[in-house]
Amino acid sequence: MTSDPLIIAGRPFASRLVVGTGKYPSNAVMADAHRASGTDMVTVAVRRVNLSDKSKESLIDYIDRDRIFILPNTAGCYTADDAIRTARLAREVGLSNWVKLEVIGDERTLFPDTVALLEATRVLVSEGFVVLPYTNDDPVICRKLEEAGAAAVMPLGAPIGSGLGIQNPNNIRIIKDQSRVPVIVDAGVGTASDAAIAMELGADGVLMNTAIALAEDPVAMASAMKLAVEAGRLAFRAGRIPKRSHAAASSPMEGRIAAAAAGGRTGA
Amino acid sequence: MTIRLNGEPYEIAGPVTISALLAALNIDPRIVAVEHNIVVVKRHQYDDTEVREGDEIEIVRFVGGG
Repeated sequence: MTSDPLIIAGRPFASRLVVGTGKYPSNAVMADAHRASGTDMVTVAVRRVNLSDKSKESLIDYIDRDRIFILPNTAGCYTADDAIRTARLAREVGLSNWVKLEVIGDERTLFPDTVALLEATRVLVSEGFVVLPYTNDDPVICRKLEEAGAAAVMPLGAPIGSGLGIQNPNNIRIIKDQSRVPVIVDAGVGTASDAAIAMELGADGVLMNTAIALAEDPVAMASAMKLAVEAGRLAFRAGRIPKRSHAAASSPMEGRIAAAAAGGRTGA
Repeated sequence: MTIRLNGEPYEIAGPVTISALLAALNIDPRIVAVEHNIVVVKRHQYDDTEVREGDEIEIVRFVGGG
């Protein structure tokens, strides 16, 4: 285990990059991308079995269960009831009592319905679930979710799949400052620098799907994201310099051979 | 007799257990979860839970998602 693990509900994860399983060109590419990303947690969705599909291939066959923890989500749920039902079903598949809780409030933006999300969080926490809610970048709802027993809070960087990056970095910083549970930026990451920025803001982890799955080269992008999350985390822990509006020279002023400033002349 | 299976009407000859239904559908019980009339059925109850006329059954599994 790394010296800087991500710890959620007492469980350590060596990687701070959580990756989705959706929208890959193929299950084989997905498996390669997961490997390249170094992730040890992936999300899955819960859907009806296709009764007319005779193929025996299952998504789970392509997830390396020895290294990777499976986190079911409640994607596609627009009410607390649907999300609660989905979470209960996901738990019964038998892998864990963890759930990435999504209650969606708008079809076009996929922004969360935070009122329903909070209600569903309370119910599922009371039923013993480890709840990781996908939420918006509002520090107030993040605090309420934490107080309701969420094991982490997962504020979005930008709309799911938008690739817009961290739209409100100051809010992410505020959320991190106030949270006693891990903060995982979930949604909106587009490229490596977005992930690095999230980590530099102090996020404990980043969750992404589209940025990798729909990249021209998902495996290469997965490697890039692995490095970006590591670099961002190292930079955060290294303590960056403050921003300043004017220059501060990097080379010393003493011992220069050039003439003195303003008005001086050399020679005769 | 007719039940609702994954949102669609489905004909079965008579009452069956969840286990028998999954077997008839050629579904591996280890990779699914089942709801019977909105209540999640625990795996160890598949042999004991009977599906009757008009019942609503949902059978789900994990698929790709973010």
